[in-house]
Amino acid sequence: MSSAATYAPRPGSAPWPRKVLAHTRMEFKLLVRNGEQLLLALVIPLGLLLLLGGTGLGERLPLGSGRPIDEAVPRVLALAILSSSFTSLAIATGFERRYGVIKRLGASPLSRTGLLAGKIGAVLIVEVIQLVVLIGTGFALGWKPIGGFEAVFGVVLTVLCGTAAFASLGLLMAGVLRAEATLAAANLLYLLLLVGGAIMTPVDEYPAGLQGVVRLLPSAALANGIANSTVEGVIPWAAALSLALWAGVLGYLVSRTFRWD
Amino acid sequence: MLPFVPVAVEIDNLVVRYGEKTAVDGLGLTVAAGTVTAVLGPNGAGKTTTVETCEGFRRPDSGSVRVLGLDPLADHDELMPRIGVMLQEGGAWSGVRAVEMLRYVATLHTHPLDVPALVERLDLGSCGRTPYRRLSGGQKQRLSFALAIVGRPEIAFLDEPTTGLDPHGRREIWQLIRDLRNDGVTVVLTTHAMDEAEQLSDQVHVVSAGKVIASGTPDSLTEHHTKSLEDVFLELTAPKRETR
Repeated sequence: MSSAATYAPRPGSAPWPRKVLAHTRMEFKLLVRNGEQLLLALVIPLGLLLLLGGTGLGERLPLGSGRPIDEAVPRVLALAILSSSFTSLAIATGFERRYGVIKRLGASPLSRTGLLAGKIGAVLIVEVIQLVVLIGTGFALGWKPIGGFEAVFGVVLTVLCGTAAFASLGLLMAGVLRAEATLAAANLLYLLLLVGGAIMTPVDEYPAGLQGVVRLLPSAALANGIANSTVEGVIPWAAALSLALWAGVLGYLVSRTFRWD
Repeated sequence: MLPFVPVAVEIDNLVVRYGEKTAVDGLGLTVAAGTVTAVLGPNGAGKTTTVETCEGFRRPDSGSVRVLGLDPLADHDELMPRIGVMLQEGGAWSGVRAVEMLRYVATLHTHPLDVPALVERLDLGSCGRTPYRRLSGGQKQRLSFALAIVGRPEIAFLDEPTTGLDPHGRREIWQLIRDLRNDGVTVVLTTHAMDEAEQLSDQVHVVSAGKVIASGTPDSLTEHHTKSLEDVFLELTAPKRETR
């Protein structure tokens, strides 16, 4: 090897799409290797769906007025989106900061937009896998969604807006808290939203005094948006708008608090 | 007439504070392109803060920093592809494999070094498939070095590049730093290792309490090698004692 020809400076940044693709691929590979993240992304939602739709447990819980499996599938989909776009992303990003990965990437040609786009890309791939597995399982358990194009469009719209809102929340948390605090807070919020954020239970089932507050939560918009799409066959514009507003506010805060170290 | 040497790094009257504590206090230095420059100083002298300001990780409270004529903060996206950074610690996902990380960073550049050749040169082949968290200290250090140079930078900032390496590993890194300089790469290294600075550097800046307190070639600082750089460093940075 001739060193004279080897190390001469020839710097340059790869094209943006190539950098984003490389980062997406890396984040996805690391996520697949991480058992805890897989547990959150697939095992918990899948287990919950099997419990609610396959054991009769769904009939005893206040999931909604329809058939338990028809009410359970959209709500479990919302839970899965919450886990991958918020909890997993927040924890992974918090520890990336702790291990100096964000700093190393900050001293590379991967720009801030490239980093965020790569992260969102990996989250979207995971979500596609989640949707395929959970929807497939739902059909196997007798799920009968209502509506054709409106249902599909409504689910996709709500998932995209929900991902933007919850990913912003996760990145914000990872940007301002220490890794351990992010780990604790992201898991706590996941459980709180699961129980008290209208993910598994419709807003109407909450005490009258709480319904106004719960309805404003992004988790309620996410779950109700998907449920309205598949249970009623309508496009949930109000839920999508609510999530888009959350995404706008939280995304602005992420841009103000983001740092490379 | 002296030949014109382009300046790679220019720091003028830099002040960086962390809350009440002043880490860098009016520091000024220049680094000529194509040279190896060592920044020496005791712990807490402000070396890493200075270098991190050049890398765009710290915002100066006052003063100015130009790297390759660019502002590390305002021109971040333009500057980053042109520099290589070796962090003092960390910098990789715990589950990523050594060569996988190197390939990933190479992909972010247009004309990266040949990864297999770099792996061989830095003796990373035996641990290429090992997750980062299971690498030894020396292996992490060599991977970090490889990550700093794989993009063929114009300047490589190396923070304690040989910490944790055995004598063979140190010598290999020293030779690689010489090769980088011979090929036109500007190297800025912060180090505690006096022999390293003496062996490698064209220029040495001694930093203490956030200021440059001495600068020169190793030859001039050691008065033509009549004393060691370590003696010079100890004299310059010795705590002042009150005399009656």
